[in-house]
Amino acid sequence: MNAFIFYLLAVIASVSAFRVVTARNVFHSALFLVLTLFSVAGIYILLGAEFLAGVQVLIYVGAITILIIFAVMLTHQISNKSIRQTNEQVFPAVLIVLIFFVMSIISLFLTFWPMATAEAGSDNIFRIGQLLMTTYVIPFEVISIVLLVALIGAIVISRREKRSGD
Amino acid sequence: MGQLSLYHFLALGAVLFALGVFGLLTRRNAIGILMAIELLFNAAAINFVAFAKYVDPNGLAGQAFAIFIITVAAAEAAVGLAIVMLIYRNFRGIEVDKINFMKW
Repeated sequence: MNAFIFYLLAVIASVSAFRVVTARNVFHSALFLVLTLFSVAGIYILLGAEFLAGVQVLIYVGAITILIIFAVMLTHQISNKSIRQTNEQVFPAVLIVLIFFVMSIISLFLTFWPMATAEAGSDNIFRIGQLLMTTYVIPFEVISIVLLVALIGAIVISRREKRSGD
Repeated sequence: MGQLSLYHFLALGAVLFALGVFGLLTRRNAIGILMAIELLFNAAAINFVAFAKYVDPNGLAGQAFAIFIITVAAAEAAVGLAIVMLIYRNFRGIEVDKINFMKW
């Protein structure tokens, strides 16, 4: 049953990710990105990371894609379908990506992974909170500063500058 | 079908990463490139969570790092889209192959 759900989610994620990078309309790409992110949240649940699935839906689907859709609405001429969306490097890109993919799959199966035999515990959220407050407290504080800087930076960058002439 | 293993999830991560790289290389639209980068972040996060489950089930370090990845992705999206808006105001377009004034 788990395997069936995995294959379903994997096919949805892969097909919609393919549409994200190939759709002619950028707005359609953004909507397919939502579908991909939802299926990745399902994959997280399959992996026993319920908290991460919730974070994925809240931050990725709820915040980042809405931001992207806003940017698409503000910049892209949606009615203008004549704008080409891909550059001239499609063929070399396909070649490079295929080589990269085959190499990563081969190395993935040739590597020895130290598999654990124990089953994962069920109180994930409690232990993640504990980890973030003890072992990873420095990265946790640094990441909050990164968020603050990004917030201020986004405001400063997108602010309309007052020119002395007008 | 059979039992799920680490390889299934790593293969899915590789597929998403390859598609993200393809989008990164071929898109002309700056927002399309940002969406491809989101795909890359997701592929990496899937790998982290899969390793957290199959290699180190009691450590949960992978899940903590996936949370950090999502946070950095949010910061990156905010700054990146602000830059895209600024470029659009100055160039009336966000096709990245036209924005080459720093090249010469």
